[in-house]
Amino acid sequence: MPRRELLLEDADTRDLTKLAGYEAIGGYASLRKALDMERQAVLAELLDANVRGRGGAGFPMGRKASFLPHPDDTPKPIYLVANADESEPGTFKDREILLRVPHLFVEGVVIAAYTIGSGHAFIYLRGEYLAEFEVVTAALEEARAAGYLGKNVLGSGWDLTVVVHRGAGAYICGEETGLLESLEGRRGQPRTKPPFPAISGLYASPTLINNVETLATVPKILELGGKKYARIGVENSAGTRVFSLSGNVVNGGNYELELGTTLRELIDEIGGGIPDGRELKAIIPGGSSVPVLTAAEVDTPLDFDSMAQAGTMLGSGAVIVIDDRCCMVQLGLRVAQFYMHESCGKCTPCREGTRWMVQLLRKIEEGEATQGELDVLLNVCDRILGNCLCPLGDAAAMPVASYVAKFRDEFQRHIDEGACPFGGESSLAGVLAPVDQHDAHLRSQIEVPGIRAERESLTEAHG
Amino acid sequence: MSGLYDAIRSVAARYPESRSAILPALRLAQQEHGGWLPPEAFRDVAEALELTPAYCRAVASFYDMFHLEPVGRHMVEVCTNVSCALVGAQQVLEAFEGELGVAAGETTPDGEVTLRTVECAGGCGWGTVVVVDHRYHEPVRPEDVAEIVRELRDAS
Ligand SMILES: Cc1cc2nc3c(=O)[nH]c(=O)nc-3n(C[C@H](O)[C@H](O)[C@H](O)COP(=O)(O)O)c2cc1C
Ligand code: FES
Repeated sequence: MPRRELLLEDADTRDLTKLAGYEAIGGYASLRKALDMERQAVLAELLDANVRGRGGAGFPMGRKASFLPHPDDTPKPIYLVANADESEPGTFKDREILLRVPHLFVEGVVIAAYTIGSGHAFIYLRGEYLAEFEVVTAALEEARAAGYLGKNVLGSGWDLTVVVHRGAGAYICGEETGLLESLEGRRGQPRTKPPFPAISGLYASPTLINNVETLATVPKILELGGKKYARIGVENSAGTRVFSLSGNVVNGGNYELELGTTLRELIDEIGGGIPDGRELKAIIPGGSSVPVLTAAEVDTPLDFDSMAQAGTMLGSGAVIVIDDRCCMVQLGLRVAQFYMHESCGKCTPCREGTRWMVQLLRKIEEGEATQGELDVLLNVCDRILGNCLCPLGDAAAMPVASYVAKFRDEFQRHIDEGACPFGGESSLAGVLAPVDQHDAHLRSQIEVPGIRAERESLTEAHG
Repeated sequence: MSGLYDAIRSVAARYPESRSAILPALRLAQQEHGGWLPPEAFRDVAEALELTPAYCRAVASFYDMFHLEPVGRHMVEVCTNVSCALVGAQQVLEAFEGELGVAAGETTPDGEVTLRTVECAGGCGWGTVVVVDHRYHEPVRPEDVAEIVRELRDAS
């Protein structure tokens, strides 16, 4: 299947970050088109396009938008929230979109807001993304000055306010209800669903939440027409996706491809294969939260159904390539450490379970686990799965259980040999995770003269 | 201090409810207080948003970008999540530890630089990703570290 660009198509040859450049390739024509249509008609295009969410869960965008009440049928304001919190390990595609085609994203936000009858949109942007914040803010300013948003959008009589809300470093705020809590000024702890955000979201009002890439697809859908868009890709997986390729591969980066392209094409042909003459060992196809594939499964197509058949998920479209230098127990440990660090602490199975997983995996890695403890690990995974308000715990349990299932021999050798068979030579050997560092941090004495004095005087005054 | 109060009030005006402004408010307060949030900062934010200092502290402690302890004038953050780790993040971290003379999680004795590891920074294809004072350096190899530290020291 040929490489195909839709969202990033002109960005290789032109600077699309400025309004003039974007307008020169027909930018904001889709918005004009949408404003000439009834909201229902725009929604019909999205439904025809059958575009599925690019944030992770893959829910059809048009259907989600159709769950919101009609603006005339609710006394409450309707909100649109763009999820730009991108933090699933392996994923860096939204950043590419925000930095290179910010106006495409802004146009998508405006059209989506119009479609659901919202006058107020929020962009929840990952706090670490400073350069992206600057680019998106500049794009919004330009769009506002040109009348594409703000009061009386293009003379339509409809007003739209767009606010960029910067996060502050918490993976869980990418989960839609954790995001809403955070946006309301609380700790980002997920809510019980139902009610779903479409009915009761931001400030208990109907809210549509979509990923950056999903929203950036909207102008393209209107440009092509929903039916034509639906013909790109394969059945049940319409369109293109921006895949983030990383790990042990020659040319890491973001590549926009038609859905249905195989992992082999992405890794070997586009990514240049595995460096240093090493061999492919495993592939994480959709961000660190999804089950792993083995080298033998490299011909699996990158689409929703093929991935499901292979027992994994397309997730956030982040393909992490792993070569034969990597110890799978260490990989499991590092993945579990991340989710333990990011667990919001609300649900017991996730809060305690991820901790147990880390402890057990560390014991296995150090060659000190008994046979029974490997079973306990799987048992813990099992008890997390599906037992929490949000799938963060599952995001640790699913991949780790898959590493055991697909690389059982390697886990077994750690137990039988009483040591890591890689003998300190694994690519992940000794990696310091932030959870380890926090312990170190507490032990360390920070001697910052001026600041320390200030802190002491504060402690004296208020302690 | 009224400068901070006014700045927070004006950010809060963008939201239907002022409590929504707590993250931007804490960010402003942290800038005002040399990169971390002393007890006083929580009182300022609480006053401006009509919340309690304890509430503000509870929210701040949830987020990695807020510091409840003093930090150095500069911050070096090394991603050690999977993609970066696979391509040598640990060696990059160790190079920084050697160059700065502190371990991850610590600040240099002169109060200039805090070094820490962070989870996936969102640049995985260009690992190892190192974030210096909120600006991304990608990819960073161990041999690039001395230069980055030199620039940092020169900037001080
Ligand atoms: C733990 C967790 C983290 C998530 N992080 C993100 C994220 O960073 N960005 C994102 O768009 N979706 C993320 N999601 C998915 C969102 O909950 C939601 O499904 C998505 O934003 C909906 O947009 P879409 O339908 O356009 O994909 C996350 C989900 C979970 C459970
Ligand atoms: S793993 Fe390092 S930036 Fe994503």
